[in-house]
Amino acid sequence: MSETETTTMKNIAVNAPGAPRTIESLDPVFTVSGLSVFYGEYEAVRGVDMVIGNREITAMIGPSGCGKSTVLRCFNRMNDLIPGARAEGKILYHDEDLYGDHVDPIEVRRRIGMVFQKPNPFPKSIYDNIAYGPRVNGLKGKMDDLVEEALTRAALWDEVKDKLKQNALSLSGGQQQRLCIARAIAVKPEVILMDEPCSALDPIATTKIEDLMQELARDYTIVIVTHNMQQAARVSHRTAFFTAEVDDKGERHGRLVEFDETSRIFTNPTDKRTEDYITGRFG
Amino acid sequence: MAVLSTPRSAVQLAGKGQPVREHLFRIALISSLAIAFIFLAALLTYVLVEGWPRLDSRLWENMPSIRDPEIAGAQSAITGTLWVISLTALFTIPTGIAAAIYLEEYADKSRWWNRVIELNIQNLASVPSIVYGILGLGIIARALALGFSVITASITLGLLVLPVVIIASREAIRAVPPSIREGSLALGATQWQTISRQVLPAAIPGIATGSILALSRAIGEAAPLLMLGAVSFIRFNPDGVFASYTVLPIQIFNWISQSREGFHYLAAAAIVILLAILLLMNSAAIWLRNRYQKRW
Amino acid sequence: MAARHSATASGAPSSLARSRPRYGEALIKAVLMLAALVSIATTIGIVVSLLEPTLRFFTEVSALEFFTSTNWGPLFEPPTYGVLPLVSATLITTGIAVVVAVPLGLAAAIYLSEYARPRVRKFCKPALEVLAGIPTVVFGFFALSFITPLLRGVLPFEIEIFNALSAGLVVGFMIIPIVASLSEDAMAAVPAGLREGSYALGASKMVTSLRVVLPAAFSGIVAAVILAISRGAGETMIVYMAGGGQPNFTLDIGKAMQTMAAFIAQAGSGDVPVGTVDYNTIFAVGSLLFVMTFLMNLVSARLVRKFREVYE
Repeated sequence: MSETETTTMKNIAVNAPGAPRTIESLDPVFTVSGLSVFYGEYEAVRGVDMVIGNREITAMIGPSGCGKSTVLRCFNRMNDLIPGARAEGKILYHDEDLYGDHVDPIEVRRRIGMVFQKPNPFPKSIYDNIAYGPRVNGLKGKMDDLVEEALTRAALWDEVKDKLKQNALSLSGGQQQRLCIARAIAVKPEVILMDEPCSALDPIATTKIEDLMQELARDYTIVIVTHNMQQAARVSHRTAFFTAEVDDKGERHGRLVEFDETSRIFTNPTDKRTEDYITGRFG
Repeated sequence: MAVLSTPRSAVQLAGKGQPVREHLFRIALISSLAIAFIFLAALLTYVLVEGWPRLDSRLWENMPSIRDPEIAGAQSAITGTLWVISLTALFTIPTGIAAAIYLEEYADKSRWWNRVIELNIQNLASVPSIVYGILGLGIIARALALGFSVITASITLGLLVLPVVIIASREAIRAVPPSIREGSLALGATQWQTISRQVLPAAIPGIATGSILALSRAIGEAAPLLMLGAVSFIRFNPDGVFASYTVLPIQIFNWISQSREGFHYLAAAAIVILLAILLLMNSAAIWLRNRYQKRW
Repeated sequence: MAARHSATASGAPSSLARSRPRYGEALIKAVLMLAALVSIATTIGIVVSLLEPTLRFFTEVSALEFFTSTNWGPLFEPPTYGVLPLVSATLITTGIAVVVAVPLGLAAAIYLSEYARPRVRKFCKPALEVLAGIPTVVFGFFALSFITPLLRGVLPFEIEIFNALSAGLVVGFMIIPIVASLSEDAMAAVPAGLREGSYALGASKMVTSLRVVLPAAFSGIVAAVILAISRGAGETMIVYMAGGGQPNFTLDIGKAMQTMAAFIAQAGSGDVPVGTVDYNTIFAVGSLLFVMTFLMNLVSARLVRKFREVYE
């Protein structure tokens, strides 16, 4: 294990498990500097600087339209798929420029998995849903074992082991979302991005996913976008608070307001806007 | 009808006088629809009644003749239709699906040439079929020197129904939710892997339905083939793609042009066969559509 | 950033560069685009196949004669090349078809869109589509051997065995589904709010249909009608079989007439030697038909786009 594992625990989040390292000493997976995202002429997000720590859960919160999902989709270059979208500034993945000329977005997405807002299992069997990623990536190994491992890690194995041939759409919403997480795990990514993964789920299913996230944070780096501030406070080590600013031309731009350890964001924010938001005076 | 500001009695709220007009209007609408259906029913009944006495095995066991309606059959026309349509399907379905995939999944709509392709397909869909006959005659039969053969007929009909296949396939592809594509791409699948393993399998029922309907249009088409050598009486089954041929609609047309009464019944009987084939294909299309109705 | 990357679930990260080349992806895209270009090639093919013989035709026959003479007899001696009888026959049969199809199709559309319960609509729409699926040679047979004798028995005036009336009527029934289905689409695209507004003012269903929905869907309905006209004008088998093969410059719908499409079919199915004026005539008439229907389709497509823009 690397030396960062033993970093001093200066701050302990109230609810979050484990302890975040201080920003200065954390082992960065992503280093974002001066990131702006454009859709055509429109600048959706402006000037974001932040760091995503290895095997931490980083939450991105803020009112709708603040650009948090847009930033998340830069991490695996899903924004490339939107015609006219482009990113300026820099995102380093470890030491490599994520938007460098030599970088292959498909290779990026193999390394950095994603779970979406609405569970989107493929209209195929549970087994084929999990096996799909390894198959397209040409992963070696026994597929049955791979499927079992992924489902076990996503805490779904016991519920589905007797019906692997069933259509994934027959599962409940919460199970579908855990299947999508298992699907992402199956390609053995380093990072899992989650775009409001619980917004379409009921409270019980949400709890299961949150427990799962904390479990997964032992091996994976997780970035989660959420509308739900309690969720951010419950699960994350670090929180980035975004908001939308209106410039003098009347255009809205997403801005990162504050980025810190979750405990500090929720107990002692430095920015007035963060405080207003988390105390419910805004958004 | 009552006006809000002036108090009226409940009786007037029922509105007098208007119901009659409303009722007549409704009856007129229903009658219009009924007239169309009566026409259709009359056509089907007439064909069946006229063709019934002659609807027997002679029709598919014997070869066409213009001398004796009693022994004439339509075997070469039936096999010709099968040849032409199979080849049409072979050419037009893959081309149509490929074009649809390109337009839906790859084409950048902001590029003028992609918009031209789209507009062009819309336009081709409504070019008169006889004009395709001219294309077949001028380019395929003569310039490409394929002559009056099964392959000329197939390519011509294939081009004729290509817009139908493309438009139906595009709709089916568009109906696959974007979240499926995102899910696949996010796992590191390439665009083609995503299309071939997720989008196409999900769109197949819609594509199949559209393709069957396109082929059934090709089966019934006669006008362009009039110009492509199908009119002559062919007394043998095609033995290859360069063989001379005739097809059912043209054979029917030929018999109708004969003055002797026997040929009239023969034509009607052949129409029954043609309609039965179409009915079968359309039922298959409807069954497919209902069986695999979209699940998300 | 002194710390090295720690080992992760996936092992130590390597470069994000393409692990293996993917020429296949680019090749596939090229092949797919080629398929899309088949449609462009078709259009070019149509234009080329029409243009060359047409230009040749006009070197031998004056455009003035073609467009103004009322005598059409290219296969007679001496040949005459006035296309007007073919054009008038096309307009007349199409006109008859429109008189049948527009009221019936529009009424059917109003009924299906505004009155019919979902279950009725679900049955009636495909049933109407059956009409569109009947091969035209079958319609031609029906027109010639059922409708014409019927008309001869019923109508007070004289009609010939081959006549424009019977052909036009049957073409009309053939294009009803086009009018009905596209008009219904246009009406369905009218926002429910407009209807509710009308009902809230106390308007009846009939008034709402005729005064609110119909005008709001107008451009779509016009597009449907134009498309139907174009289909009717290009229809071949029905007019060839029931309308006859004699070019007649007349307004008498009881008489035989030869439309442009019917002429192409008749002349094209004969054994006309390539390169002769007779051969080129087919293409000259074809060009005229193509240009006419092309313009109608263009107008129709533009109108459809307009109503889509307004409500979608």
